[in-house]
Amino acid sequence: MIDLNTTWFALIGVLITGYAILDGFDLGVGVLHLFARGDMERRINMNAIGPVWDGNEVWLLTAGGVLFAAFPTVYATVFSGFYLALMLLLAALIFRAVSLEFRSKVDSPGWRKLWDWSFGLGSLLPAILFGVAVGNILRGVPIDADGTYLGSFIGLLNPYSIAVGVLSLVMFVMHGALYMTLKTDGELRDRMSRWASGAWVAFIVIYFLATMYTFFEAPYLLEGNLSSPLFWIFLLVLLASVVYLPMALKARQYFRAFLSSSLTILSIIGIAAVSLYPRMAPSTVNLTYSLTIYNASSTPRTLTAMLVIALIGMPVVIAYTWYIYRLFKGKTVITKESHY
Amino acid sequence: MNLDPVLLSRIQFAMTIGFHFIFPPLSIGLAWLLVIIEWLGWKRSDETYVRMGKFFGRLLAMTFAVGVATGIVMEFQFGTNWAEYSKFVGDIFGAPLAAEGVFAFFLESAFLGVYLFGRNRLSKGIHWFSILMVAVGSTISAFWILVANSWQQTPAGYVIQNGRAELISFWDAVFNPSTVVRFLHTVDAALITGAFAMAGVAGYLLLKNSENTVARKALKLSIILGLVVSLLELFPFGHGHAVQVAETQPEKLAAMEGLIDGQANAPMVLFGVPSEDPPRLNYAIKVPGVLSWLANGNTKAYVKGLNDFPPDETPPFWLTFVSFHSMVALGQYFIVVMLVGVFLLYRKKLWGQRWYLKLLVFSIPLPIVACELGWVAAEVGRQPWVVYQVMKTADAISLTVSAEEILFSIILFGLIYIFLGALYIYLVVKEVKRGPEIESVKEVTA
Repeated sequence: MIDLNTTWFALIGVLITGYAILDGFDLGVGVLHLFARGDMERRINMNAIGPVWDGNEVWLLTAGGVLFAAFPTVYATVFSGFYLALMLLLAALIFRAVSLEFRSKVDSPGWRKLWDWSFGLGSLLPAILFGVAVGNILRGVPIDADGTYLGSFIGLLNPYSIAVGVLSLVMFVMHGALYMTLKTDGELRDRMSRWASGAWVAFIVIYFLATMYTFFEAPYLLEGNLSSPLFWIFLLVLLASVVYLPMALKARQYFRAFLSSSLTILSIIGIAAVSLYPRMAPSTVNLTYSLTIYNASSTPRTLTAMLVIALIGMPVVIAYTWYIYRLFKGKTVITKESHY
Repeated sequence: MNLDPVLLSRIQFAMTIGFHFIFPPLSIGLAWLLVIIEWLGWKRSDETYVRMGKFFGRLLAMTFAVGVATGIVMEFQFGTNWAEYSKFVGDIFGAPLAAEGVFAFFLESAFLGVYLFGRNRLSKGIHWFSILMVAVGSTISAFWILVANSWQQTPAGYVIQNGRAELISFWDAVFNPSTVVRFLHTVDAALITGAFAMAGVAGYLLLKNSENTVARKALKLSIILGLVVSLLELFPFGHGHAVQVAETQPEKLAAMEGLIDGQANAPMVLFGVPSEDPPRLNYAIKVPGVLSWLANGNTKAYVKGLNDFPPDETPPFWLTFVSFHSMVALGQYFIVVMLVGVFLLYRKKLWGQRWYLKLLVFSIPLPIVACELGWVAAEVGRQPWVVYQVMKTADAISLTVSAEEILFSIILFGLIYIFLGALYIYLVVKEVKRGPEIESVKEVTA
């Protein structure tokens, strides 16, 4: 039976997945921006994500707020535990946000170069840290019997988490390149298509290695997975989307390729969530000290009130987000009136 | 070096919120003004308003960008810096933050993109609707974050059990005794901020060229609206908020009003020089009975003074008193400035009145200063509590974060914010100097 706590675990999964699929592509575009050629190409990058990136980032903010509301102990323990890493992430996101708005305001090569770097690195760092954070949660964090975090900043940069960080980086680069194939034409689109293919190969290799690594690093994640139907569904979707992606790309079916990478992201997060459930922050000190969806949650009354808010709010959000993506469908064309 | 993590956490919070809070009132105020401007441009097909919309739209975009960038920190720092607080009140305090995300952040961010990138690409109706949604979204955002703040000031709808504050009534917590008055007071302050920003920018453009039609119409709109919202801030919004503070947080009222000893026929202090330890008010100019009358509608009513409370449960006197009185003085200044403007407009002398236009330019930052002062009075006046009479600020910090780590992040964000603040001012000034387009750019078909 699905209880309230499980529902909220799933809803936070939905928000994180929404973030990874939507902001994932604009983070990827930001990383690719580091390799862009010429001012026009850089403007195309920024204007291609211009109308939507801010809304995409809200998925992360809302995930943060919802985590606070539904699982305050996880929010408090993990965020204060990951203190310095989060501060660096926030600094990167600040620079990224203002780069987009500021770059076009002064017509000088030095100024634009500054904000190009700021945008690129401000995208690269979150793309990696997203995976590093997931990696650290998956392998567990040092939490004692009182729920006190015992770790350090350097401890977060363990090989396993860095491997997951590289995985999220190549995944977002692949996703961002595929988004750009929808927004561009000709030579640039072909180049983006090659980036996507290259990232796809890297993704498969790193995903395979990271999964092997998980057997040694956090074997408890795999317990019970084989008997979980959700696990098999996500695994099938993952395999199907990963296999279909290069086929779609070769057939120049760019939208289908983009959908494939979206499903890849969805299923990879799905598998991680199923493996983690019902823990939210497994303890490396002793698994029984883990923060779970039951010992770290808000009261049923709050979870119910929040559910009403989510059921009223999120369908509307999804509806107008979908509508706005349709409004801005098609190739990015730079004109005198382009905002960036 | 012996660093105090409580003090450092407070400095960090004050710095990050204080800097962030420069931008949302400006965004909310400008967004609502743009709703009017874009409507006039659309419905009257008035090309002047179209150019005005583009010009002020660019200023909104920059303001919004810095507001969003600095706002990201807010959503996370309760967990990073105030973990004990987050655990203790998360059952109640998290919900408004989550609701703000669901109902407000998505709306304003998604439609700001439509507004900025959709001009000439979408129908005029949809384009107008997008700025309306930005204004509505940012106002809803103000509502939910003020719900959270109001609950810290006047907590309701909860019970202390299982070692934390647990929700018993969602609506009592949301509409706690200070939510509605605080929301009206703050949103009206945002409208004043927007009106003064627009009036000041228009004033600058008129000083350069008194024939500038965009500037003339913008000035007319902003001073008429500015007068209305400035008057409303005095009464009923500001007054209503003070009455609520008198009822629910009497020690804060005493500190704000400089009432040391409780008394009947309590005076209003027009001027005074406060000092701390023990709290004293020197060289005070007082009007007897007025505070009793304002707080209770009766000049004879007894109003509690700071000495009626335990010394360790009263707020810092100097800062609360000075910030509150400076805010009130600025509020009255706003009314006078806008009154003069409307008078000059009525006498048809506004466009060439250089001293007045200069005064408007000088006044641009003052409503932002007033917003910050009001926030200081509200938050410092709540001390030593993080949640009034429920949890002390000193018990709210993250126990696992070291003072050195906090100091590092203070320096990191301090440097970033100085850089951002300087850039923002540089770019806004540059944009204003460039001014609105002389002629509207014709439709570009992509």
